[in-house]
Amino acid sequence: MAQNKLNKRRLGQLQAPAARKDVQGARRHKTGLRDRLASYRSHHRQVALDSLRRLLQRPAATLLTSLVIAIALALPVSLYIGLNNIEAVSSGWEGAARISLFLKPNVSTAQAESLRRSIAGRDGVQSAEYISPDAALVEFRASSGFGDVLDQLDSNPLPGLIVVTPREANSSAEAVTALQQLLAKLPEVDLAKLDMAWLQRLNQITELGRRLTLALGGMLAVGVLLIIGNTIKLAIESRRSEILVVKLVGGTNAFVRRPFLYTGFWYGLCGGLAAWLLVQCGLWWLREPIAELSVSYQSDFHLLGLGVIDSLMLWLFAGNLGLLGAWLVVGRELRAIEPS
Amino acid sequence: MIQFDQVSKRYEGGYEALSDVSFHIPRGEMRFLTGHSGAGKSTLLKLIMVMERASSGQVIVGGRNLSKLAVRHIPEVRREVGVVFQNHQLLFDRSVYDNVALPLIIAGYGHRDVGRRVRAALDKVGLLDKERKNPITLSGGEQQRVGIARAVVNKPALLLADEPTGNLDPQLSAEIMHLFEQFKQVGVTVLIASHDLALIARMPYRLLTLRKGRLITAGGADNGPE
Repeated sequence: MAQNKLNKRRLGQLQAPAARKDVQGARRHKTGLRDRLASYRSHHRQVALDSLRRLLQRPAATLLTSLVIAIALALPVSLYIGLNNIEAVSSGWEGAARISLFLKPNVSTAQAESLRRSIAGRDGVQSAEYISPDAALVEFRASSGFGDVLDQLDSNPLPGLIVVTPREANSSAEAVTALQQLLAKLPEVDLAKLDMAWLQRLNQITELGRRLTLALGGMLAVGVLLIIGNTIKLAIESRRSEILVVKLVGGTNAFVRRPFLYTGFWYGLCGGLAAWLLVQCGLWWLREPIAELSVSYQSDFHLLGLGVIDSLMLWLFAGNLGLLGAWLVVGRELRAIEPS
Repeated sequence: MIQFDQVSKRYEGGYEALSDVSFHIPRGEMRFLTGHSGAGKSTLLKLIMVMERASSGQVIVGGRNLSKLAVRHIPEVRREVGVVFQNHQLLFDRSVYDNVALPLIIAGYGHRDVGRRVRAALDKVGLLDKERKNPITLSGGEQQRVGIARAVVNKPALLLADEPTGNLDPQLSAEIMHLFEQFKQVGVTVLIASHDLALIARMPYRLLTLRKGRLITAGGADNGPE
């Protein structure tokens, strides 16, 4: 018995190399590398088109899925555009930093005027404007609503003020702060105040908005992954018999996976295109009121939309998100489908 | 071509479908695999196609030891074995042509090669004029022949068939068997599982007979009736 087994094994060993050579010889004869590459490419093209055709054959279902993806993508994209616009507006204000020099009470109007002239002649200063205590009082009375209180005072409590506007080339935070410190040392100056705090605050708020947008975008991207994953799962289920046959006649896992990965990519891309359309509609809808608002502020502000690069990035991102969503489920689902 | 060495297959739950089965089918020979349903015929074929793995013993096909085969190499084995299924396993969402072309596309043949080989295979089974039809519109015998065309289109060295004449009338069955004989004549190793004993008896090939998972007659490597 043992001897018999040994003989048989020996027989197998003797035959094995010869048989293997035959098989390899046959394979080499069948297809060259170049043929295989060409066939691989053409198969990819065919699978890509076929999976797109399958989506277009069920337009209602495809549209619905794409819209869900589109809404999930359009929300963070809109926030992103909003932030870009806020930054564009506030960068126009960056040069608007001003230094208010509050003069000591004993500085006369003539002294103040000569100080103003000397400051205006300095390097890095665009202009300097003198506001006398009387003029300041008039303005304060008009804008503050404390007119009645002011009437009860014996004298004008407001100091003289010189408003210094730095040159635009010198408008960086450091340069302006340096100028402020220099001016504060002048003997006539009581206090030099830099009006930049609100700008920094705005920047902080914008940064917060950016992070919130990223977080929201991240969560919605995970949502898109789940939507596409689920859709692909259903697609796999509906093509179960095909998968079985392909595996039975020697299809590799990569071969079986391919159409579903393309399907995921197409879903993502359709969603991206729909999101782009939604955003463009929204921008178009807002354009007119924003133009009117901008005119009323005598600003030449124009709403920034999605540029060519941004649009391409959105589509590419959406397509790849679809691919990833499909890839995440396909492996697990396909392993479960084995011919038996 | 096919060698089984003391192969056993136990399913989960302890049911033993094959017990200590050993046989050898040399290259280019034709064998029938018979036995009652439940005797282990399907299990034996599944072991050759690596749809199942042996619990013990060795299955060697075309020089490859399937017991030690890594999962990623399974597709290669299946590409080298043509299989005719009892229930045809055709896809009804595409034409006869596309069904037969499937193994070639999987193996990465070029467009022109595919056309040539598919038509040659369809011509061989006499269905050249049906290539554009959907297989669902064909009769049972024709569907079976589409399945045979798909099994041989890749020119495999080994052809397996699981009850290929199961639902066919005697004349059609004989035609199908004749087709398999033609493949044997061009050097293909053929193994056909069938319980159609009347049909098998008329053909001059050795039998592998299974009873309750054990081989009771086996075609050896020696010169069988040819």
